[in-house]
Amino acid sequence: MDNIAGTRPKLVWTVNIAVFLLVLLWIVPTTGLLVSSFRDRDQITVSGWWTSMFSSEANVIARSAPPDAQVEEDGVYVLSGNVFGSEPGQVIAFGTSSRAPEAYSPGDLGEMSKGRTLVVEANGDYRLESPEPHSGSRGARIFVRTLEAPRFTLENYENVILAERLGQSFLNTFSVTIPATVIPILVAAFAAYALAWMEFPGRALLIAAVVGLLVVPLQLAFIPLLKLHNALGIGKDYLGIWLAHTGFGLPLAIYLLRNYIAGLPREIIESARVDGATDFEIFRRIVLPLSFPALASFAIFQFLWVWNDLLVATVFLGNNEQQLVMTGRLRELLGSRGGDWEILAASAFVSIAVPLMVFFGLQRFLVRGLLSGSVKGG
Amino acid sequence: MEQVFWALATIVIGVFGCVLYFYLTNLLLDLALPGRGPNAGRNINRASAIRPWLFMGPAIVLLSVYLVYPVINSVWLSLRDATGDNFVGLDNYVWLVGDRKFLESMRNNMMWLVVVPAASTGFGLLAAALTDRIRWGNFAKSLIFMPMAISFVGASVIWKFIYDYRGEGLTEIGLLNAIVVAISGVAQGWITIEPLNSFLLMVVLIWIQTGFAMVILSAALRGIPEETVEAAVIDGASPLQIFFRIKVPQIWGTIAVVWTTITILVLKVFDIVLAMTNGQWGTQVLANLMFDWMFRGADSGRASTVALVIMVLVTPIMIWNIRNAKREMQ
Repeated sequence: MDNIAGTRPKLVWTVNIAVFLLVLLWIVPTTGLLVSSFRDRDQITVSGWWTSMFSSEANVIARSAPPDAQVEEDGVYVLSGNVFGSEPGQVIAFGTSSRAPEAYSPGDLGEMSKGRTLVVEANGDYRLESPEPHSGSRGARIFVRTLEAPRFTLENYENVILAERLGQSFLNTFSVTIPATVIPILVAAFAAYALAWMEFPGRALLIAAVVGLLVVPLQLAFIPLLKLHNALGIGKDYLGIWLAHTGFGLPLAIYLLRNYIAGLPREIIESARVDGATDFEIFRRIVLPLSFPALASFAIFQFLWVWNDLLVATVFLGNNEQQLVMTGRLRELLGSRGGDWEILAASAFVSIAVPLMVFFGLQRFLVRGLLSGSVKGG
Repeated sequence: MEQVFWALATIVIGVFGCVLYFYLTNLLLDLALPGRGPNAGRNINRASAIRPWLFMGPAIVLLSVYLVYPVINSVWLSLRDATGDNFVGLDNYVWLVGDRKFLESMRNNMMWLVVVPAASTGFGLLAAALTDRIRWGNFAKSLIFMPMAISFVGASVIWKFIYDYRGEGLTEIGLLNAIVVAISGVAQGWITIEPLNSFLLMVVLIWIQTGFAMVILSAALRGIPEETVEAAVIDGASPLQIFFRIKVPQIWGTIAVVWTTITILVLKVFDIVLAMTNGQWGTQVLANLMFDWMFRGADSGRASTVALVIMVLVTPIMIWNIRNAKREMQ
C-alpha cells in the first residue's frame, strides 16, 4: 500500500514523527522506572530520573574531625581531612553557618567564631585552624554545596532479592507458573480434537458452552472454590492453585486449539482414517505435531497470565514466605515501602524481567495466537 | 527450593497421568468393543459414540467444577448470610442497591467501560494505521505492544512513580508533577483528587491494552482487499478519506471484537485499583469491592452478590460471542 498512499514526502514525515511520539509516550513510563532502579537511593529522592545522566547539586552538612585529632603547627591548632571521607566528590561552595551555607567559594578563607578560620578546597580537603586548642567532643559543622556525579548501582537489586526476599518470591511464582502452564495443554488438546474432528450429539452445544465460559468473571469462582478446596483439604496450597489456574485457563485453551485443529486439512485426517488409524493414533501422530504453533501460542498466553496474576494467587495461596508470589510481594511493598522508589523500581523489574524475555523472544507465537483467537474466531 | 521440586514433580506426574488416562481408557474401549469379529460393525459404532467423551472427560470435569459449579453456587450463596449458614432471601440485593460504595463502584465501572475500550481501540487503530506505513513499523509495534507482558501490579508501580508527589518545597521526582511545575503550575497529589484519579487509573489500562488492539486491527487492515483502496485513490480520495471511508468500514467486525474483548477485561479490572488506591478517594470498582467483602468483610453473601453483578454485566457480551461463534461454524 506504500506505493499508492504513502508517496508524498510531507505525509511520510508526518507519519514518522507521529509514530515516534506515540512510541515515546509508550516507553517513557517503563524507562523512568528502569533508570531509577539503577540509581543511587539518595539521588532518586532529590532529582528526577530524567536528570540522572547529569551531575546534580546538593547541600550537605559534614563534620570536621573531632578535637582529639588536632595537631599543633606553629602555634595554631589544626583539624584537617576531607568532607567526602575517602570517596571522590566536588565542592562548589561552602559556608560556616546554617544561615549562609554557600558563603564562600572553594579555596577562600571562611571565618568562624572565636577567631577560627576554615578553608575547603574543591576536592573536599578542609583545614580548620584555631588560635586556641579546639574543645568539646564533636567536630565543627561544615556546610558544603556539592556537585554529585551521577551514581548508578546494582545495590538496589541486591537489596530486593536478598533483604526484601524477592528471590524467594521468584521461586514461588515459578512454582505456580510452570505446572499451571503445562497441565492444561494436554487436557485441552484432547478436548479440542474431539470438538473439531469427532461427530457426536451435543457437539455444537459444548462449543457454545466453551465460548460462553471464556468470559465468566473469576470473581464468581473464588468463594465457592475456596470452600470446596478447604473441604478437600487443599485450600491455600500449591495443588489448589495449579488446579484453579488449569480450570480457569481451559476455555481459552480449548477455544484456541479447536480453532486451529479444525483448520487442519481434511484430507490428511480422512486418509489416515481410511488407512485404519484410530482417533487416538491420529491425534498423537498427526494432530499434536501439526498443532505446535497453536500449543505454543496458548502456552505463552497462559504463562504470561499466570506469572502476572495477583488475584488468583491472593485467593488460593497464603501470605507466608513459602507461598507469597512476586505480584503479591510487589503489592505489599507498594503499601509498606510506598516512597522507597529504589526498592519498588528494582522489585518491579525483577518481576517483569521473565515475562518481557518471553514476550520479546516469542512474540511471533503470541501475535499468531491473538489473531486466531479474535479475528477468525469472532 | 522445595516447592520448585514439587512443581517439577507435579508436571511430570500431571503430564504422565494425563497421557496414561487417555492411553488406558482408549485401550480399554478397544478391548471391550473390538472392531473385529462377529459384532464388528455394532462395536465400531458404539466405540465411536463413547470415544469423544473419553477425550473430553477431564476437560468437562474441570470446566464443570471450576467454572460452571461456582456460577450456580454463587447464586445460592447470594441468598444466604455472611457465613452462608442461613437463608436470608433477597436481603443482600436490597443492601446492594442502597450501598453507597456499590453505587460508587457502578458509576466508576461505567466510566471505565466507556473510556478504556474507546481509548484503547482508538489509539490501537491510530498506531496500526501509522505503523503499517513506515519502515521501522514492526519495531515500533513491538514497543507499543510491550506493556501487554507487564503485570497489572508492575504497571501500577510504573505509573504510580509518574504520579508521585513529594510535597511542598521538595523537588518533584514524578514526571507528571515535574511537567506541571515546569509549565509553572502547582504540584499535586494527583492520585487523591476526585474524580480525576479514576481517569489516571484508566490511563494505566489503556497503556496496557492499546498494543492488543493495535496488533489485531493491524492484521485486519492488512486483510483489506487492495482493489477497494486503489479504486478510491483513482477517484481522488485523500489519505484521510481513504482511511475513514474505505478502510474503517471494512473492519467494523474486528473493531467490535477488540472493543468487546477489552470491555470484558475492564469489567473485571481489579489489580490496578487495588495496588494504586485500594478503592480510596472515590475510585472503587466492582471487582475490588467484591474482594473487599470477601476478605476484609468476610461476608460470602454480599461478596457473591457483587460478583453476580459483574456476571450479569458480561452476559450480553457472552451471548453475542456465542452467536458469532455459531454463525462462524455454519
